[in-house]
Amino acid sequence: MNVPDDLLYTESHEWVRREGDKIRVGITDHAQAELTDVVFVDLPKSGASYEKGSTIAVVESVKAASDIYAPVKGTVVETNKELESNPALINTDPYGAGWIYVLEVANAEELKGLKEAAAYRGLLA
Amino acid sequence: MSHPAEKRTPLYDEHLRLGGRIIPFGGWLMPVQYSSIREEHEAVRNRVGVFDISHMGELVVSGPGAREWLNTMLTNNLERLEVGVGQYTFLLNDKAGVIDDLIVYRIEEEKFFLVVNAARIEEDFAWLSSHQPGSASPATALRIEDQSDSYGGLAIQGPKVGELFAALFGAEKEMPARNRIGSFEFEGTAILVARTGYTGEDGIEIFFPSSAATKIWKEVLQKGESLGIRPCGLGARDTLRLEMCYPLNGSDLSPGHNPIEAGLGFFVDLRKPNFIGREQLLREKEQGPSRRLVAFKMKGKAPPPRPHYRIFRDGVAVGELTSGTLSPSLNEGIGMAYLPSPPPKPGEEIEIEIRGQKFPAVIEKKPLYKKRP
Repeated sequence: MNVPDDLLYTESHEWVRREGDKIRVGITDHAQAELTDVVFVDLPKSGASYEKGSTIAVVESVKAASDIYAPVKGTVVETNKELESNPALINTDPYGAGWIYVLEVANAEELKGLKEAAAYRGLLA
Repeated sequence: MSHPAEKRTPLYDEHLRLGGRIIPFGGWLMPVQYSSIREEHEAVRNRVGVFDISHMGELVVSGPGAREWLNTMLTNNLERLEVGVGQYTFLLNDKAGVIDDLIVYRIEEEKFFLVVNAARIEEDFAWLSSHQPGSASPATALRIEDQSDSYGGLAIQGPKVGELFAALFGAEKEMPARNRIGSFEFEGTAILVARTGYTGEDGIEIFFPSSAATKIWKEVLQKGESLGIRPCGLGARDTLRLEMCYPLNGSDLSPGHNPIEAGLGFFVDLRKPNFIGREQLLREKEQGPSRRLVAFKMKGKAPPPRPHYRIFRDGVAVGELTSGTLSPSLNEGIGMAYLPSPPPKPGEEIEIEIRGQKFPAVIEKKPLYKKRP
């Protein structure tokens, strides 16, 4: 499984890329392989705020709907509208074109609770 | 209530070897998918796919009077069933609720092979046994046997099934006609081959001694390789059958539902003088069912509909989905639900509640998927 070194991770298989005081978020290669066939993505609303750990998006495969959780508290500033017409981008390019949303982080301290690549790899082992 | 450990089919290790993702289903550990539901679904619609159906049950009813007695236990008419032919039928309780839907094959004059749902084997057997007529001597006794553990089974489905059949059994052999069953030999093993399925494609279901399961499974995959065969799991089995509006026992059918309201009256012969559930079904037919199993498609962009999502008609909650999925063939959300009579007609709109939001859907004629001519 591909676990890029430059990203942070959650135990619920979201990846996080730091972009200044914002973070870009998607689901990991492992998560997309588990789900397979992503057919629909319920995106969060831009401007909405979420608590850490709350359901922020839903990724649906043919078989099931899976909740995606906010890795830290923050406000959504951008969502990946491409996923509305092409949800399979999550399968084909989970760390690139398959990103889901950008969050303005409320408290940068919370990012310290996320896992480094090595620790996330350990979780998958 | 404690549940016994989930059972494994003789092909369990093969499923693991092929990367099958295992889930519990009807008391069994079964592969839900190997590669992807979409890929497996498309293999069956366009080429050929193979499913392990060893979890399904095989009951054998035989002996003098077997046909006459079974005809009082099942809804379809066995009078007209020739030797070597099968029919879809129902086993009902005293209230005409569905205990099981099954295929009964007449394999000899007075010998019947019943292929039943995995989760209903014990119940079917117990229900049949409790109605078994007594006999003066064992020689004339009617026998009901649960042979589920001795049989393995595969469903081989898709437009290329004929080529695969020829590769397996020899080009000189003829595949049984639709709904027919025949006995064939494969490397010394006797195999029952029935021209039937649960996908809407041409296909066969084959039954053989469990001990031969691995050998046959491997041979099917190997001989099917040049045809583009895929091993297929329960996920694709569900999307394929739902596109055809074939009911799933435990979801669309249950002891709380009868075949008339499910729209399956074609498989109930009310002209038969006597079978369990007949009086209730006659009344149901006369009065008209209080609800109907309808099929629908989502309209426009919407999340896939799922079982138990609520349905609204003219703003009023009227029921919930019994089945729902994203149709890989149509690339639209599809589903079925029981709605109160008079049910909405094809073209009429309903709403499905998904995560608190209502999405429009349109009632459709069954089946939801029609094969290209």
